[in-house]
Amino acid sequence: MGVITYRDALNQALRDEMERDPDVFLMGEEVGVYQGAYKVSRGLLEAFGDRRVVDTPIAELGFAGVGVGAAMAGLRPIIEFMTWNFALLAIDQVVNSAAKMYYMSGGQVPVPVVFRGPGGSALQLAAQHSQAFESWYAHIPGLKVVAPATPYDAKGLLKSSIRNNNPVVFIEGEMLYNTKGEVPEGEYTVPLGKADIKREGTDVTVVCHSKTVSVALKAAERLAEEMDVSTEVVDLRTIRPLDVDTITQSITKTNRCVIVEEGWPFCGVGAQVVDDVQRLAFDHLDAPLIRVTGADVPMPYNKHLERAAKPNPDKVIAAVRQVAYLD
Amino acid sequence: MITKVVMEALSPTMEEGRVITWHKHEGDAVSAGDIIAEVETDKAVMELQARGDGVLRKVVAGEGTTVEVGKLVAIIADADEDISGVAADGKPPSDVPTPAAATPAVPAPPTPEPAATTSRVKASPLARRMAQERNLDLQSIAGSGPGGRIVKRDLEGARPAAARAVAAGGYEDVPLNQMRKTIAKRLSQSIGPVPHFFLTTEVDMERAAEAREDLNTLGEQRISFNDIILRVIASALMRHRACNAWWMDDRIRYFGEVHMGMAVAVEDGLITPVIRNAHMKTLREIAVESRAMAERARERKLTPEEYTGATFSVSNLGMFGIDEFTAVINPPEAGIIAVGAVTEKAVMRDGELEVRRRMRLTMSCDHRVIDGATGAQFLQTVRTMLENPLAIVW
Repeated sequence: MGVITYRDALNQALRDEMERDPDVFLMGEEVGVYQGAYKVSRGLLEAFGDRRVVDTPIAELGFAGVGVGAAMAGLRPIIEFMTWNFALLAIDQVVNSAAKMYYMSGGQVPVPVVFRGPGGSALQLAAQHSQAFESWYAHIPGLKVVAPATPYDAKGLLKSSIRNNNPVVFIEGEMLYNTKGEVPEGEYTVPLGKADIKREGTDVTVVCHSKTVSVALKAAERLAEEMDVSTEVVDLRTIRPLDVDTITQSITKTNRCVIVEEGWPFCGVGAQVVDDVQRLAFDHLDAPLIRVTGADVPMPYNKHLERAAKPNPDKVIAAVRQVAYLD
Repeated sequence: MITKVVMEALSPTMEEGRVITWHKHEGDAVSAGDIIAEVETDKAVMELQARGDGVLRKVVAGEGTTVEVGKLVAIIADADEDISGVAADGKPPSDVPTPAAATPAVPAPPTPEPAATTSRVKASPLARRMAQERNLDLQSIAGSGPGGRIVKRDLEGARPAAARAVAAGGYEDVPLNQMRKTIAKRLSQSIGPVPHFFLTTEVDMERAAEAREDLNTLGEQRISFNDIILRVIASALMRHRACNAWWMDDRIRYFGEVHMGMAVAVEDGLITPVIRNAHMKTLREIAVESRAMAERARERKLTPEEYTGATFSVSNLGMFGIDEFTAVINPPEAGIIAVGAVTEKAVMRDGELEVRRRMRLTMSCDHRVIDGATGAQFLQTVRTMLENPLAIVW
């Protein structure tokens, strides 16, 4: 087991799956010669050649459509968006073609495509390039939505996504590419639709995913050390299908829940979690659920305002204290 | 702008109010929310607030005047505004109402929110489920969450309600029927403000004494006869609610919980600390609490909450060697039991002469609430339970 970056874990998954299955290919802007805007596809052009690592023009709708068509024809394309902000141009192919074909063909035409790329905010990329779109895609029946938080999960989930026969929206964390973690070199997968308890606790459940997992873990550490509060951190890993069982089991134990996400509050991922929890675990709740989200504004460019607009450990701690009736 | 100040319904049942004091006088500037007067309602003295800004131009209802709800008591307006139209409408309230001619269109002041009902218990879903599973009465638990919400931590250590059906609501007021009114009136006339009558019974304390000795070998907390008696009476009262009541002149209040007054002699007098929810407490808890209460009573450290609100009382002079006596009822309670000493006596049992430990109880009853047979049945239960002390846990 080596300690590698999230970026290299994704690279391993791509390489493994392309070696394992000749139908798998990668297509997108700068994925080949430039080896990826974030170097996720480093070495793949050299290893697999330009028939399987395809550089495209700057035309998201077009190459997303080519990917959907290739999947319908029997291949297993991986379509890389340089970021999910640019994928807005391709959303018709994702929502109207990829998500619908299997249903509209009466089950005759599966679309085993993976759309992947970085989402969420980085640092001072401003309003148009700092957006977390998990909830947009999770809204669509026919799509699976995956958002890994760690190198281990990134590799295991990407392999499962490539092998899945449904279109998968795979949203990576732009700020996570350089984070490191232990990743086995050999074959393993992480199942879709299964959340993971990143830290066990007894007093409050914090539900999170992607970049906010590290925010929640930092908060949990301080809560334990400074306030004697035991926090259980549940990493969703897959947004859709949502692992409601793991969430409700945790809340059955803790009776309180805070949901953290980078996206906007309205109709966000946390809103869905709240809906499920109040229905399935009502009698286990000792407090209303509280959400910590990105501020309900376009992301400010100003450094200080940007920091204020994002979830952070202080906000999570405040929410945890509130549901635990500590204030 | 002209704002009419009217008599507001300051209690849910208020029909009229008497102006006690004007805090603002004609010519004073007022703002919305200012307390402008104090009004006596059917329940209490309440504050009347200004509903608009301006100057208190005219006081229509002077101090001491009684005004129907909704009727004008004063006028607030700008300093130079013409209020003649409104003032004409606002003749002194005792007058025959004049037709409202040419009244300027003034919006009616907002009706104050009716007093929040206290019956709804705020509790988290988890707390509700825990209460149900553990047979806890949420009404009797103080919530520590926002707005008094009962949350998980408030239930940790809470004790089950002994009788759920009657515990909800705490008590029941039963209006007096004509016969009960007549009994009350006649008995009061015959023997003083509280018409007492007395019931005495002798209790065989042999088994209670044995139980007490057994418990005291456990060593944790000494149990006295009085603790056993308090506990038994509390249980018996739950089965004879007719004796667990207050005489309230126009009605009788029957309680669904027992708050046991325990007469304690202090240096130059007597005080009756109250063991709350005595029917829900274990013998050991009663023992601990009664000692603590007696101690605090002697040190004169009891707070008013600790010596008021009893639903029934017990007075014990057994330690002074008194065999039997009558205790005076502590109104509005309807009964009190006087406890004599436990003494050895020669008694006939199954045709044999035996020496047994015996004790005499005398119950004083308020005849307006408790009739002879009612009190006798209750006292019979007390005796039966004392003679079979396991009944405490039955």
